[in-house]
Amino acid sequence: MIALPPLAPPGVLTSDGHDAAICCFPTKQQYVALVDAFKNDGFEMCVDLCGVDYLEFPTRQLPSGVTPTRFEVVVNLLSLSRRERVRIRVQAGDDEPEVDTLFDVYPGTEALEREAFDMFGVLFTNHPDLTRILMPEEWEGHPLRKDYGSGRIPVQFKQTPGPR
Amino acid sequence: MALEDLQHNFLTGRIEDLVRWARRASVWPASFGLACCAIEMMATGGADFDIARFGMEVFRNSPRQADLMIVAGRVSQKMAPVLRQVYDQMMEPKWVISMGVCASTGGLFNNYAIVQGVDQIVPVDVYAPGCPPSPETLMHAILTLHETIRTGDILKRRDEGRPLHLAHDQSSWTPEVPVAVRVGTPK
Amino acid sequence: MIDDTVRVAERIDLLTAETSEGEQGLQSRASTSSGQLRREVGAVLRLDGKTLDPSSIDYEVRDDETMIINMGPAHPSTHGVLRLMLELDGEFVLRTKPVVGYLHTGMEKTGEELSYVQGGTNVTRMDYLSPVINELSYSMAVEKLLGIEVPERAVWIRMLMSELNRVCSHLVWMATNGMDLGASSMMIYGLRERELILAFFEKTAGLRMNLNYVRPGGVAADLADGWQDDVTVICDTIHDRTFDYDQLLTGQPLFRQRMVGVAPITAEEALALGLTGPLLRSTGVPWDLRRTMPYLAYDQVDFDVIVGTYGDNFDRYAIRLNEIRESIRIVRQCIEKMPSGDYRSQDPKVTPPPRARIGESMEALIHHFKLFTEGFQVPEGEVYSAVESPRGELGCYLVADGGAKPYRIHVRAPSFVNLQAIPLLMRGGTVSDAITVISTVDPVMGEVDR
Ligand code: SF4
Repeated sequence: MIALPPLAPPGVLTSDGHDAAICCFPTKQQYVALVDAFKNDGFEMCVDLCGVDYLEFPTRQLPSGVTPTRFEVVVNLLSLSRRERVRIRVQAGDDEPEVDTLFDVYPGTEALEREAFDMFGVLFTNHPDLTRILMPEEWEGHPLRKDYGSGRIPVQFKQTPGPR
Repeated sequence: MALEDLQHNFLTGRIEDLVRWARRASVWPASFGLACCAIEMMATGGADFDIARFGMEVFRNSPRQADLMIVAGRVSQKMAPVLRQVYDQMMEPKWVISMGVCASTGGLFNNYAIVQGVDQIVPVDVYAPGCPPSPETLMHAILTLHETIRTGDILKRRDEGRPLHLAHDQSSWTPEVPVAVRVGTPK
Repeated sequence: MIDDTVRVAERIDLLTAETSEGEQGLQSRASTSSGQLRREVGAVLRLDGKTLDPSSIDYEVRDDETMIINMGPAHPSTHGVLRLMLELDGEFVLRTKPVVGYLHTGMEKTGEELSYVQGGTNVTRMDYLSPVINELSYSMAVEKLLGIEVPERAVWIRMLMSELNRVCSHLVWMATNGMDLGASSMMIYGLRERELILAFFEKTAGLRMNLNYVRPGGVAADLADGWQDDVTVICDTIHDRTFDYDQLLTGQPLFRQRMVGVAPITAEEALALGLTGPLLRSTGVPWDLRRTMPYLAYDQVDFDVIVGTYGDNFDRYAIRLNEIRESIRIVRQCIEKMPSGDYRSQDPKVTPPPRARIGESMEALIHHFKLFTEGFQVPEGEVYSAVESPRGELGCYLVADGGAKPYRIHVRAPSFVNLQAIPLLMRGGTVSDAITVISTVDPVMGEVDR
């Protein structure tokens, strides 16, 4: 297991990631500072950023001290030089999830943050262009939220022959 | 003029038959590839399956020059208005093949994002089943269409109404008279 | 006369309104904030520390000197339904903005409704040019959560199939790239060679595309008898024909003029944008997950990671062409080293009983039925598994809540992230270069929009 980067903000809870070397649980305030510290520590690339809605699964395992909220933003960082991965999970809030944008640290998160906004309604403060990306502009609601139905249309078989 | 004086052979036929024959033999598809099915559509145009045998290798990129729209792939809610616009821009007579289960019924993706059947937007002549339909299936669909054209009505216009099952539904967004056609030909 | 002009203008507005995506599109400079403008012209990437290089921003350009045009979503060279809005100054591109989502299929939502057994059918349709690799990433994530081992033979079969798939995908890329540049014969050749591989896929998995062949616990079926000969023929033929492509394209002056030195990108920019795959390697960064973070048995085969130098279009082309050769090299080693044994895990939890036993034993029948109706339960946890797809790092982030369906399935699509490079690559180039840029970035829209 690798250590936290030297400049990381104090009090970031960590746990052993399932597959990443380390999994951090910063608060919203520590979030960008932590990512920045990781970047300075040699994590050159932010490979992935996505939202998760834990509405129906509030009992997930978290290190003690982390207050679970409904929305979570999950960031995967990659160090090319050390060949390591790190995962950062930040609790984004319950009703109006909002975290700071990573755009200033990793410009490549721009589209990923827009996707998380589109699908979950997570607001990214100071994001340069927070608009929908996948759904049409006038769409209502955020489809990947758990309280948003899948929009399934029941399949009907018309004119099926009756029992023979 | 008596027929004996003619220097050449000649052919008689009903005008409908000649028109149908000519139309059938050169259907130009618009390349409207959307998803996985589009790759199979490309393969149908490739060397192994060679759609040129049916006089159809000219995939037109401009809808104005095309007679047939092969809707190859899933149509999302965001794509639907675009699809309708492309259809409206095509000249009469025009036909539509719905390729793949996604275009025909929504298929595997019965959810908020996909239009459950492209026939809600444009009238469809032939449905090609499969996910993706193999090139053979697509060619069968094309031959079926040729047969429809050969036996069909040459004066029928498709744009006189919306798709049949939507004809009485005024709330649907499909315009009565396609706007695109009016722009092209201002009165 | 005036009436008519007004009416036509109105109609055009109406027509545009039908398909406009408002804020998502490119805005005129007057209604763009300076921060946004800075991003769109790529200035953020040229930030050295925190100081801004003013020369890279053309603030002085006025709105009435430029034109915003729309390309796509139904455009022959946007590879599917990508829509680009370009701001042009004459023939030169100033700003570009990709508008995506025209193929949004809601697969991540559908994935939450399908059990782990069915999940493969869903993910395989994301990147439709490399279905096997999609399934692989998903299956590896599920296996990591379950903690099951995959038998040796299954590992090698997976490797064989994913390398064939990589060849297949690159061939389609060669074909469409040729088409975009006007080399229509390449289109026919590329598709012709691809059919060889598809025939093998059909023989093995039953389908030409969207195979659902790699499944949690192994693969769906063993390789057909005599597969060695089939694969050897494929390897020999395609390897020989790559030299034809060399003759047709690589040395061809017209082709080179459109590719060499066009749209370069540096390693720093690529890393900052999170680009992976041939785009990243073309800048000289030797990052290939098969080598740097080996999965399957890639540490036991011999192959080279192809890297470029200048990060231009030609490097990206050369990388893909040579990756076909490297993949064929791996496939040949797979033929040699293919171990015997099971092609799927014997863990009854994930594997249905063999067909023969279903007829004999009631228990086997019930087990089979349960597995395919209810699926298996996966312990709580979350996992991210990444593999190298032909377009870059394909990751699958899976959250399991202990049930038979994934709680959340997120796919890190390489094309989606790579698409962010387009504004940067196109800036300053001509419109005709824009076509080659789209082509060499190689976005697969199914994967971008999922
Ligand atoms: S029918 Fe199948 S192959 Fe065709 S677009 Fe739909 S998922 Fe893809």
